[in-house]
Amino acid sequence: MDTAAGVEARLPIRSDMDLVWVRQHVRQAAAQLGFGLVDQTKLVTAASELARNTLVYGGGGTMETQHLVSGGVRGLRLTFSDEGPGIADLEQALSDGYTSGDGLGMGLGGARRLVHEFAIESSPGAGTIVRVTSWTGRPPGPREES
Amino acid sequence: MPEHEADGTLGSPTDEVRDFLRRRREQIAQRWADEPLFRAVFTLSRDEAVEAGKAVVDALAQVADAQRVEDPDAAGFTTVREQLARMGAARSRAGLSTAQVSSELAALRPPVENLLLADLPDASPDHARACVTTLSVLMGTLRVVVMQTALTEGQALIDRQRLQLLEVATPVIKLWDGIVAVPLIGTLDSARSQVVMETLLEAIVDQQARFAILDITGVPTVDSLVAQHLMKTVAAARLMGAECIVSGIRPAIAQTMVHLGLDLGTVITRSSLADALGYVLHQLGVGIVNPTPYGAGER
Repeated sequence: MDTAAGVEARLPIRSDMDLVWVRQHVRQAAAQLGFGLVDQTKLVTAASELARNTLVYGGGGTMETQHLVSGGVRGLRLTFSDEGPGIADLEQALSDGYTSGDGLGMGLGGARRLVHEFAIESSPGAGTIVRVTSWTGRPPGPREES
Repeated sequence: MPEHEADGTLGSPTDEVRDFLRRRREQIAQRWADEPLFRAVFTLSRDEAVEAGKAVVDALAQVADAQRVEDPDAAGFTTVREQLARMGAARSRAGLSTAQVSSELAALRPPVENLLLADLPDASPDHARACVTTLSVLMGTLRVVVMQTALTEGQALIDRQRLQLLEVATPVIKLWDGIVAVPLIGTLDSARSQVVMETLLEAIVDQQARFAILDITGVPTVDSLVAQHLMKTVAAARLMGAECIVSGIRPAIAQTMVHLGLDLGTVITRSSLADALGYVLHQLGVGIVNPTPYGAGER
């Protein structure tokens, strides 16, 4: 598919400069797949939060973008992986206001509310993989909170 | 027999190449002057290209003399490093890719090699091959030097531009007596926000400002770190006795901030800079009166 050209990529997350690149790539990819302005902004913001987590807490890693098609709806999946120390208590990490650093503690939980699908795999010492997906044309309604 | 080069046993290949470079300096420079690299860089006169070529040949001979044909850091290159950088940069500016510049450099080798072979008619094949190999290595090192210089230049340029961006993108504007505004543009990372905070606090003192407007119309993404930076700036301004207003919050940003769970708390926000200015003027008790339209008044 033509629209997929330039969407799928694997970007390194090693420095603040890479975060800029991640945001720009996600914005471009989302626009190309036909996401509206609000959805683009949400995806870019979620990517910014998750990429910064990868950099700050995971010690750097990668973001992979994938173009999905399901039932005529286009989706964009972002996979953030690092080989950092991992997260011991996922429940706690996802709760608003909790941070092990000096941030606001809104990143992970906030990013979950900005996308349609959110999956996280992590265990201490085994790194962290966060996979988020959003679909075009789906109402941006509130996620079912677990 | 003319000279020792016919002997084929005299001197190591490196010495041979060195002597050859010194002997054929003029011819090599003349041939290089006809190569695309020199022709494109020295457009004014051919003599200029020949002189530049001679300087490079001299440098190569000096490097060979020091027995450091494989060392891009050899002292001999110092004299021509700047000139080589200029040549490389000129070709990059002309739109050539790094690979193209590299192949233009590679094209300098065959003419020299032919001259060298012509100079060794009676040498044993082994000796001739060794000399050509040495010359190839030397020319390869020259390529490395040019590329290295170009990369260092590029990195230095990027560093300078990054610093420039920090400075340029954070002006503080006086909007009215006691009102300053900072139009934020681009990414608000930690370094930028530090600069913003410093310039804003200085401006608050200088202008004796009671109100400061932070306009984020030009900030593409407001995530939790950006929000944190904004709130810290607001808090610092407040300690200086100035009230901060954050303006330029676009609809998409507002929705995203709500979902993200960001709350700017007690910070006063407005959607546009004009709204923020109107609010502040009202607070200061300054009214704006529309002038009487032309022709409507009494004559």
